Amino acid sequence: MTRLSPSDSASLVTQIKVAPRALNAVPDLRVDVRNLDFYYGTFHALKSVQLPVANAKVTALIGPSGCGKSTLLRSFNRMHDLYPGNRYEGEIMLLPEQLNIVGRDVDPMLVRLRIGMVFQKPNPFPKSIYDNVAAGLTIRGISSRSVLDERVERALRQAALWDEVKDRLKTSAYGLSGGQQQRLCIARALAPEPDVLLLDEPTSALDPIATAKIEDLIDEFRDRYTVVIVTHNMQQAARISDYTAFMHLGHMVEYGATADVFSRPADERTIAYVTGRFG
Amino acid sequence: MPLLVSPRFLARRRLVDRAMRAMMFAAAFVSVLVTMGIVYVLVSESVRFFAQVSMLDFLTDTQWTPVFQDKHFGIMTLVSGTLMTSGIALLVAVPAGTILAIYLSEFAPPALREIIKPFLELIAGVPTVAFGYFALLFLTPLFQTFIPGLAGFNLLVPGIVMGIMILPYIVSVSEDAMRAVPNTLREGAYALGYTRLQTGVKVVIPGALSGITAAYMLGMSRAVGETMVVAIAAGQQAKIALNPLEGAATITAYIVQISLGDVPHDSIAYLTIFAAGLTLFLMTLTFNVIAFVLRRKYREVY
Repeated sequence: MTRLSPSDSASLVTQIKVAPRALNAVPDLRVDVRNLDFYYGTFHALKSVQLPVANAKVTALIGPSGCGKSTLLRSFNRMHDLYPGNRYEGEIMLLPEQLNIVGRDVDPMLVRLRIGMVFQKPNPFPKSIYDNVAAGLTIRGISSRSVLDERVERALRQAALWDEVKDRLKTSAYGLSGGQQQRLCIARALAPEPDVLLLDEPTSALDPIATAKIEDLIDEFRDRYTVVIVTHNMQQAARISDYTAFMHLGHMVEYGATADVFSRPADERTIAYVTGRFG
Repeated sequence: MPLLVSPRFLARRRLVDRAMRAMMFAAAFVSVLVTMGIVYVLVSESVRFFAQVSMLDFLTDTQWTPVFQDKHFGIMTLVSGTLMTSGIALLVAVPAGTILAIYLSEFAPPALREIIKPFLELIAGVPTVAFGYFALLFLTPLFQTFIPGLAGFNLLVPGIVMGIMILPYIVSVSEDAMRAVPNTLREGAYALGYTRLQTGVKVVIPGALSGITAAYMLGMSRAVGETMVVAIAAGQQAKIALNPLEGAATITAYIVQISLGDVPHDSIAYLTIFAAGLTLFLMTLTFNVIAFVLRRKYREVY
């Protein structure tokens, strides 16, 4: 299915070029962004954006600074609602239930109970390692010790952190290294088993070894979690994602299977960006 | 070709640097000197006091009658009055101050915050003597209408009024601590589905705990040292304070009372001022040390 609506085709700029092979490669959507506009006050940050997000696959958002990729990601869990003056228009459909995440009558807190997020800078809470991972569970009303123990361990194992912290679960999360803290934040986001996991440049504050560990994790999430990742690092997008979307100045320029976007991009701006001519 | 800097310029720069460093050290040293001077006076006069009164009597006697024929020097009477009024003040100011601080830092729209904060600062600017007469002449008669047995001089009303007085300090210091909690932590909490209240209580307060404890201790120190309100509205009768509905003298109220009177300069009554002052100093020092320890214990490095 193409993401082009008749109203867009008038303007070449907003047109997305979908590589032909990608069409067959997106059979099963978890989220569908349709004609999304976003405004920071009067600044028009996202312009009629379209984006299919495949179920249980990794979708990478790339583009130069200020292109709107983080703004788009933060729309998925309504983070913009925390600050006054922001406005969405259009749809981010959560499928198959057809819930418009940015609908005016949808409670952002309910959206955030279903969509997890990991941020650029590790942000563990000032609590113990255990309590950090359990945080998302206890606020969902889970209080049984055994259930908590089991889910905390599972989440820490999924984040490949269990062996490093199992003997000091009750100590402060601030005693961990930056890379461990980021994996703790991943475990915290995974513990409630979110429908979609958002990663906002999760490795930009980390050293290459810690980055490699996180990339390995994301690799393992494939087929289990629907992941949307924003990254500055094109090699990273190429390594870990199934689909890549390239954004520029608030427009969705190109979307397709990652191999296609990198090996034979259709739009001149994508070509310029992936070959390192700007950005 | 490198730009040459004249040696004279460098020499002058070094001189200014040294002179400024010496001046700043002197300024810092003066504050230490003043504190040491106060401690010296308190301790040396107290030594003369304790040459005449045993430390055991001072700590265990249950009467305080330095100007009577039958002299007793039981400091616990005054200490109990001070602890009772300060305790009541904290019971008022800690819950109210913490709630107000959470509201201002997490809930209040910026415009409303800018209105509320100046009003709070206004409270801090009211002369304490005004608070004293507010307690004695307005609040006490008002409370007497629904609390039978409330004496004209009592510990309850001055305690509450002191609580209102220290509220701005507690609010302002703990709100600063809460606002210093990085926004990335709040976003992390919201992203997990926390409500505003859950974010405030479960993430922001633990993150600001060291600052909030410091705020409580600052409030406690101020309440313990507060003089005018208790001197005016709590009465001058030194006794073990067990009933907040009755009046009793605090350490500060006693010091005011005896310094304003005409006790002879070298009498034992005069020396009690320093013994009581030293006790007060040690009490506030204890709170400050506790605050310091708690601050270190709960300090978070984000």
